[in-house]
Amino acid sequence: MTPQAILFCILAIIAIVAAIMVIIQKNPIKSILWLLVVFFALSAIYFSLNAQFLAIINLIVYAGAIMVLFLFVLMLINFKSLETIQKKYRFVFYAVVIVCGVLTLLMLLINQTQSLQKVSILNDSNNVGLIENLGKTLYLDYGVPFELTSILFLTAIIGAVLLSKIKKIEI
Amino acid sequence: MTILKFILIPIIIIALFSIIGMFLVYMERKVCAFMQIRIGPNRVGKFGMLQTVADTLKLVLKENFSPKYIDKFLYNLAPLLAIIIPFVLTIPIAYSKSWQIWDINIGVLFITAFSSLSVISILIAGWASNNKYSMIGALRSGAQIISYELSGGLAILTIVMFSQSLKISEIIASQANGWWIIKGHIPVIVSFCIYMITITAECNRAPFDLTEAESELTAGFHTEYSGMKFALFFLAEYLNIFILSALGVILYLGGWQPFHLPNLLEFNNIMDFIPAPIWFFFKVFLIIFIIMWFRWTFPRLRIDQLLKLEWHFLLPLSLLNLIFGFILIMLNFIVK
Repeated sequence: MTPQAILFCILAIIAIVAAIMVIIQKNPIKSILWLLVVFFALSAIYFSLNAQFLAIINLIVYAGAIMVLFLFVLMLINFKSLETIQKKYRFVFYAVVIVCGVLTLLMLLINQTQSLQKVSILNDSNNVGLIENLGKTLYLDYGVPFELTSILFLTAIIGAVLLSKIKKIEI
Repeated sequence: MTILKFILIPIIIIALFSIIGMFLVYMERKVCAFMQIRIGPNRVGKFGMLQTVADTLKLVLKENFSPKYIDKFLYNLAPLLAIIIPFVLTIPIAYSKSWQIWDINIGVLFITAFSSLSVISILIAGWASNNKYSMIGALRSGAQIISYELSGGLAILTIVMFSQSLKISEIIASQANGWWIIKGHIPVIVSFCIYMITITAECNRAPFDLTEAESELTAGFHTEYSGMKFALFFLAEYLNIFILSALGVILYLGGWQPFHLPNLLEFNNIMDFIPAPIWFFFKVFLIIFIIMWFRWTFPRLRIDQLLKLEWHFLLPLSLLNLIFGFILIMLNFIVK
């Protein structure tokens, strides 16, 4: 194994363990903090693949902004009432079956798709993830889809603002 | 050789940061005294220079008291997280032409990303200490840092647009024929003012120190901390100021480059004679002095005034400023 592969294994194990901790924690604040560890591990993986821009944007958007908003909501909610909710094991069986089914399907698809197998990010990627190449690809090759996505985001933002305003008028 | 680097660089950085932290506390007290026509610390050492050393000793020897109904692990983790962030932030900072740990090709974004993470340690501290004052202080700080990040990022983006790079060394190199604050006309001056306001707000310093507004919240998010844990928060605040001021110097004041006047060869030669790190630290401390000046001059804002200032004034202004700068570049008004 190359050093990079060992690093990847360590980071992947950290990410998976932290992701499991997110689910099994009883305290919502602690599970959010474990989610933060997941984001950090993912960012570290991006760094090790030389995708620096992606790593930093992952930190700014997820660990910085969205995470803090999550923490905000959880701190403002009185979650002592949440803790009293009885555990329901009824859906666990169905959930396990569905998740395992989707995972096996995905694995089979990835195994069959040849274009995915050929892509080896670890080897020939000295400057794939750098900001200049990313910008060129996004704005030249995929210009129209990129702009459409931004319009989608704008719609979501305006929708959120409108929702909060309508409530105020009704009250 | 690389192993030596791995050992030496952290030691140098830790030594540098502890000296800077102590010096900044001393400087704060002296500047405060100067503003209020007092003398300030003058007993320990010459001109009271060793006052902070004595204070640090006292903090180290103090009992580490922690309250009963806290989340032990998170309560102890928060000050450590707070102190880690400035150490991460120093990675892309260029102290001189060759004194730079990693010239990452998105250095400016790196600093903005990691400086925004300081809010997480504050939120953890506020939540884990199980105190209403800490909680309110932490939430205020979260709202404040998240909103001021926006206009701060846009102010930085103006310079990135002018120098056409996110790499710290290239941004400094683009100022070889004049610092951006001099050759950048109105957009850069506006963005410099916005940047100064946002770094004051992001470091939770007066007039934006609502997180620890003594008169309302006892001490805000670090009410329950004592001894060295409190000192770590304190140190982290000063080191964050230092790093963000250093970024300001890199973006607007030419980094480690000496001050040059056009057509004055002798003057420029004398300026070149002063080593680059001295120029860098001189400029950084100039900016820190301005931030301290803010603290002892302006009254504290209310929380609604603070958020209004950002969302109704600074954010639209920085967006307009960005567009204005873009038009100037398109008209070939600004030479890189």
